[in-house]
Amino acid sequence: MTDTREMVLEVEDLHVSFETPDGPVDAVRGVSLNVRAGETVAIVGESGSGKSQVMMSAMGLLASNGRASGRIRYRGRDILNMPPSELNRLRGAKITMIFQEPMTSLDPLFTIESQMSEPLRVHGGLNRKQASWRVLELLKLVQIPDPEKRLGAYPHELSGGQRQRVMIAMALANDPDLLIADEPTTALDVTIQAEILQLLSDLQARLGMSILFITHDLGIVEAFADRTYVMCRGRVEEQGPTADVFHAPKTDYTKMLLAAEPEGHKKPPRETAPVLLEGEDIQVTFGLPAGFLRKSTELHAVRGIDIALREGQTIGVVGESGSGKSTLGRALLQMIPSTGRVVCMGSEIGGLDRKAMRPHRKGLQMVFQDPYGSLSPRMTVREIVTEGLLVHEPGLGAAERDRRAEETLRDVGLDPSVKNRFPHEFSGGQRQRIAIARAVILRPRIIILDEPTSALDRSVQKQVIDLLRRLQIENSLSYIFISHDLAVVRALSDYVMVMRNGAVVEQGPVDQLFDAPKTEYTRELMRAAFDLRSLLTG
Amino acid sequence: MHREEIDILRYALRRLLGAVPTLFLIITAAFFMMRIAPGGPFDQERTLEATVLENLNRTFGLDKPLWQQYAMYLNNLLHGDMGPSFVFRDKRVHEILGEGLPVSMQLGFLALLLALFIGVCMGTVAALRQNSKADYFVVALATFGITVPPFVVAPVLALVFAVFLGWLPAQGWGRADQMVLPVIALALPQVAVIARLTRGAMIEALRSDHVRTAKAYGLPASMVVIKHALRAAVLPAISYLGPAAAALLTGSIVVEQVFNLPGIGRYFVQGALNRDYTMVMGTVVIVAVFVILFNLMVDLLFAVFDPRVRYD
Repeated sequence: MTDTREMVLEVEDLHVSFETPDGPVDAVRGVSLNVRAGETVAIVGESGSGKSQVMMSAMGLLASNGRASGRIRYRGRDILNMPPSELNRLRGAKITMIFQEPMTSLDPLFTIESQMSEPLRVHGGLNRKQASWRVLELLKLVQIPDPEKRLGAYPHELSGGQRQRVMIAMALANDPDLLIADEPTTALDVTIQAEILQLLSDLQARLGMSILFITHDLGIVEAFADRTYVMCRGRVEEQGPTADVFHAPKTDYTKMLLAAEPEGHKKPPRETAPVLLEGEDIQVTFGLPAGFLRKSTELHAVRGIDIALREGQTIGVVGESGSGKSTLGRALLQMIPSTGRVVCMGSEIGGLDRKAMRPHRKGLQMVFQDPYGSLSPRMTVREIVTEGLLVHEPGLGAAERDRRAEETLRDVGLDPSVKNRFPHEFSGGQRQRIAIARAVILRPRIIILDEPTSALDRSVQKQVIDLLRRLQIENSLSYIFISHDLAVVRALSDYVMVMRNGAVVEQGPVDQLFDAPKTEYTRELMRAAFDLRSLLTG
Repeated sequence: MHREEIDILRYALRRLLGAVPTLFLIITAAFFMMRIAPGGPFDQERTLEATVLENLNRTFGLDKPLWQQYAMYLNNLLHGDMGPSFVFRDKRVHEILGEGLPVSMQLGFLALLLALFIGVCMGTVAALRQNSKADYFVVALATFGITVPPFVVAPVLALVFAVFLGWLPAQGWGRADQMVLPVIALALPQVAVIARLTRGAMIEALRSDHVRTAKAYGLPASMVVIKHALRAAVLPAISYLGPAAAALLTGSIVVEQVFNLPGIGRYFVQGALNRDYTMVMGTVVIVAVFVILFNLMVDLLFAVFDPRVRYD
C-alpha cells in the first residue's frame, strides 16, 4: 500500500556535528525521515540519541557551535540552507514548534497576550486589536479556563499544564502545516500529560496539520503516532508503522527499549519485622503568618501524616508535583522544620537540631533526584563516597576508607578504578550509582529515595531499580521511595501512599492499591499512567 | 486601587519604617566614632589660650558629658537642624550642605545615566559578538575601569583634556562643558561594572529557552534581541543601581576635589580633617538617607521590569 498524501517534511542524510574543546562530536549521523500531510510521526530515542537535534536543524535553532549538512525540505523547498530572513517567514507560520520546558519557554517578562500576538502580527499582519481577538479565540480553542482573564496574565501566574496549552495555542495561531512537538509533556504530571495529548489529537483531527512528535516515552508513541522512527546514537535504528514497531520489533535496540519498562514485584516484610522509622502527625508549614503590614504567606505543605516503615519494607510515596511528597521525606530526615513525633530506631528525633541529629544520620540516608546537581563537581568519586565516613567513622584509617570505597563502588556496579574521576565524566545512570554508593557506604538501615530514577532513561532506570532491589535484599534495607512514576513504584514497593495537597488520599498494600484503587483520584492517576491509549481514543 | 498597588504601598511603607532604626544606628556609630578619634575642632598649630578654648567649648556645648551632646544632636536633628559648623562659624551645617547638594546630585545623576546607557550598550554588543574583537575590547575596558580608581582617572582626564589639549575646562560647575570631565571620571568605574553585568546576563538571556521560542516563531532578529533578551539582561544592572549610588557618592568626594566643584564632597573631606563634628555628621546623614532611599527606589523599580517580583 503506498501513501499518496503529499510530503510535508523530508529529511535526507542529515548529519549534525558540534565543535567542542575535545574535538567535533557527531550528534546526528545520516538520518533520513519524512512526514506526510495530516500524519502523526514520532521520533523516539533515549537521551543523546540526537532526536532533538534533527528538528533543531530543521528550525535553524542549532547552537552556535553546531553544523548541519544533508538536505531538509519543506514542501520541496530546501530549508536547511535558507537565509534566516526567508526561514523566518516559515517558522512560526507554516512550521511551528512546542518545547519540553513549559516553565521556561515563555518569556517571563511579558503577558500571555503580548507573546501570543507577536507571531500573529509579524506573520499574519494583524493589527493589535485583531491579534487580541484571535488570541482569545485560540485560548478558547486550547480550553484554558477563564481565557479572558488569562490575556493579561504573566507566565508565572499559570500552571505548567496551562503554560503548555498557551504554547500549543501559539503554535496553532497561524494555521500551521507542521507542528513539531519536542517532549511536550515530559515536564508535566501524568494527568496533565494525558489532557495535553488528548488536546493535541483532537486539534489534529479538527485542523488537519501534520505532527512530528519527539519523545523518549514509548507509552505516548504507542498511543499517539501513526508511524515511528527509533533513533539511537545519531542513527535511525528502526522505522515503520507504530503497531509493527511495537509488536514485531526488528532490531535488538528496539526490543531492549520495549523490555525496559519497569517490572518485578516486592513481597511485604514479615509480620514480625520491627518498625524502624515512625512518624506521627507530621506537619510542615512554609512561609510566615500575617504580621505588621504583611499578609500571611503560610502554605501547609504536609498536613498531619502518619507513617510506619518496617525493616525490609519499601513504602512508595506517589503524588503529582506540589503534593508534598518530597517535603514529607525531608521532614522525616529533619532537614526542614516540622512538627509531629518522629521515632527512628527507638530514639525520638523529631525537632532535633543539626548537631543532635548527626549521630542518627548514619543509619538514615537519602538519595536525591538530580544526579547532576547533587554531586559536588569539584570532588573525586572517592572523596564523594568516603566523605560520610570521615564524619561518622572518624577512627577509620585512610587505607581502610579506601577499601570500603572500593567495596561499595563494586557493590553498586561501578569499576573501583573510577574512584579518582570527577562526576562530569559519568553518565546520568552512573552518577546515580555514585549517589547510592555515598549512602550505602555508611551501612544505613533506612534510605529515603527522592525520585532517584526520574531523570534517567527507561533502560538505565531499569538497571538502577535492579540495583536498589539487590542492595535491599543483601543488606536488609528499608526504603521510602518517593516518585511520581507509578510504574517504578509498583515494581519496587510493597506498600503505597498516594498524596495530594499535603495529605494522604489513599494507602495500602501495592497490589490492592494498583488493582483496586478506592478513590477517584487514584483511579485517574492510574488511567493517565497505564492506559493512555484508551484515554486518547475513548 | 489594585491589589498589587496596595501591596507595593504597604511594602514601601514597611521598608521606610524599617529604615528608621538603620539610620539611627548609622548616626550613633558615626557620632561616637568621630569622638573616639584623637584631636578636636579647635586643635590648631598655635594652641589657643585656655580661657578662649573653654569659652569655645561652652558655646558649642562640648563641655557637657558626651551622652548629653549626643541627645542634643539627635533632638536638633529631629527638628531639621544639623547644628552649627565648628569651622565655618557663622553658618549652620544644613545651610552649607543645602548649597552643595544640588551640584553633587546633578553630578551623580548624570554619571549614573551615562554609566547605565554606555554600560548596557557595551555589554549588549559584547554579548552579541562573544569572543570577537569588540567583546575583548569591552572586557578589557571593564577591567581597566574597575581597577583604576577615580583619583587616578580624574587628574589624568583633567591633565589631558584641559591642560594639554585645552578642549574642556578643568574646573567649575554650571555650564555643559564644565560637566563633561567630572561626569566621565565619576561614571567610568560604573560603566565598567554595568557593562560586565549586562554582558553576562545577555549571554545567558540569548541562550534561554524563551529566546529560543522567539526565534522558533520567526520573529525578526532585532525584536528577539531588544524585546526578549535585553529586557531580561538589564535586570542585574538595575539591581546594581543601589550599590552604584553609594559608589557614586563616595566617588564624587574625590572628583569634586579634583575639579574643584562646589558640591558636598569637599565639606566631607575638610570636615573630617578639621574634626568639624557636625559637618561630618551632616554629610553622613545625607549620604545614608540617600543610599537607603535609592535602594528602596530600585526595589520598587524592579516591579516595573519584572512581574514575578512580589511585595508581600
